[in-house]
Amino acid sequence: MAAILQTRGLKKYFGGLYAINGVDLAVEEGELRCLIGPNGAGKSTLFKLILGSYDPSEGEIFFRGENITGIRPHLRIQRGMSIKFQVPGIFLDLPVEQNLRIALQRAYRGAALEEELSRLLDLIDLEGQRDELAANLSHGQQQWLEIAMAVALRPAMLLLDEPTAGMSPEETFKTGELVKRLNASGMTIIVIEHDMAFVRQIAKRVTVLHFGKVFDEGTLDKIVGNEDVVRIYLGKV
Amino acid sequence: MFWSAFGTIVLAAAVLPMFVNDFAITNLTYFLVWVFMALGLSLIWGYAGILSFGQTAFFGLAGYTYGVVSINLGEGGLWTWFALVVSLVMPLVLAVIVGYFMFYGGVRDVFVGIVTLSITLVFETFMAQTAGPEWTIGSARLNGFNGMSNMPPLTIPWGETPLVFDGTSFFWLVLAMGVLVYLGLRILVNSRFGNVLVAIRENPDRAEMLGYNVRMYQLLVFVIGSVLAGMSGVLYTLWGSYITPSSMGLTAAALPIIWVAAGGRKDLTATLLATVLLTWLSQQLAVKGNQYALIWMGAILLVVVLFAPEGLFVTVWKKLRGRMRARQAEPSPKTASSTSA
Repeated sequence: MAAILQTRGLKKYFGGLYAINGVDLAVEEGELRCLIGPNGAGKSTLFKLILGSYDPSEGEIFFRGENITGIRPHLRIQRGMSIKFQVPGIFLDLPVEQNLRIALQRAYRGAALEEELSRLLDLIDLEGQRDELAANLSHGQQQWLEIAMAVALRPAMLLLDEPTAGMSPEETFKTGELVKRLNASGMTIIVIEHDMAFVRQIAKRVTVLHFGKVFDEGTLDKIVGNEDVVRIYLGKV
Repeated sequence: MFWSAFGTIVLAAAVLPMFVNDFAITNLTYFLVWVFMALGLSLIWGYAGILSFGQTAFFGLAGYTYGVVSINLGEGGLWTWFALVVSLVMPLVLAVIVGYFMFYGGVRDVFVGIVTLSITLVFETFMAQTAGPEWTIGSARLNGFNGMSNMPPLTIPWGETPLVFDGTSFFWLVLAMGVLVYLGLRILVNSRFGNVLVAIRENPDRAEMLGYNVRMYQLLVFVIGSVLAGMSGVLYTLWGSYITPSSMGLTAAALPIIWVAAGGRKDLTATLLATVLLTWLSQQLAVKGNQYALIWMGAILLVVVLFAPEGLFVTVWKKLRGRMRARQAEPSPKTASSTSA
């Protein structure tokens, strides 16, 4: 299967600090990839480079075969990417419905928009709170709302930066099922996550980042079997 | 309910000249003239979250442009209307240039206010030193702080007696333009475009990550608001056949901020009402001295910032609506007793 996302020799320096130091990553279409690694490994920086929030110091990024290294973030989104930020990036002072409507109106019109709005509200269990201000939702619900906003763009590739941060075990499990369902529909998903139970629930393939480099890559069983990964990140498994 | 009230007010305003004297109509026209700039600022600041402190730069540019073009071309034919169009094109061009450098150059937040305020103060300073006879464009003398005067009114050739828009006819023209602009802006803010503006105001990074070209939207809304400020400038110049550099000064630049903040910057209707009311109040207070009116305007801004950051009109309206809903939700004594039984 063809790689939907590919980075070649990607580097990002902040002064003398190498946040990303030569990452070669290939994610295939329809994959569900987890990115793990200690704090400061460069996971969120890698997402920001892929989205265009940061310009790389060196290297190239290809999306669906096109070199997107120099193009603006909104154009990358228009080409089929979408993101859920680490800290929920929803419109807190707007109702749930308007949050989704703003996202949906890029891809939908008229009756199709209303239909998709209902479907998404149902998907994230917020149908009863559609008129509620997003600020009044629980942390977990805000995370789901943002995932729904990201999904509303009908992306070919969805980036999720710590989607379960601050969630209860039940909410985390439910999020995992949601992610799997989205992936089963054909969406490529890359997830940054620290919760290994969640990673175990969803991951088909895992990439470990350490000091801005790909430290290891493979199935979860392979990763947890690597003593060096256990030493630098997982501790006792 | 709202649209019935709106229609009634517009109709009442339209027939008002039949019941009041010319002085009252001239005054009412003056209050309406400022509404365009205020609505434009509400769009830029209230809806898109960009605080421009220098809308008067576009106001003054349009006013002076009308003066220069109309004095040179005269009132024959449709030249005054041509001057009106040119006067709106000038702030449009300036807004495109300034907006492009600001938004595509990464200028954000309070710095937009600083840049726009600087521009209007530079314009004021420049125009203030044009008192000498060398500062003449064709037959139009800029005249420094004394101001430019004697611009012809809008005129349409009509047989032997051309239609001249002054007095009551000018009031009707301003009223009609006001209604059109208000309705147009309401459609705009309730459209997909308006949704994007609100998204940018609330969280520009998220808006960009939804695929919206944030800088282009910011530029567009800045241009629309600036053309509306220009419209106020032209109408003001036509109203008094007069414009001075002080119309671009610090005081003039601060007043639209006060009107819009006092009404409720996120609400076009509140902005419209507050602008008319506060320009009327300023005029009444100015009878006791110009500075007296300004102190009151400053006091109103302080009250708004401290006690009603959403705007006085919007805050009062929300409280009233909340009480009405609470009263409706309360069971009547009869219902309550039957329930308990």
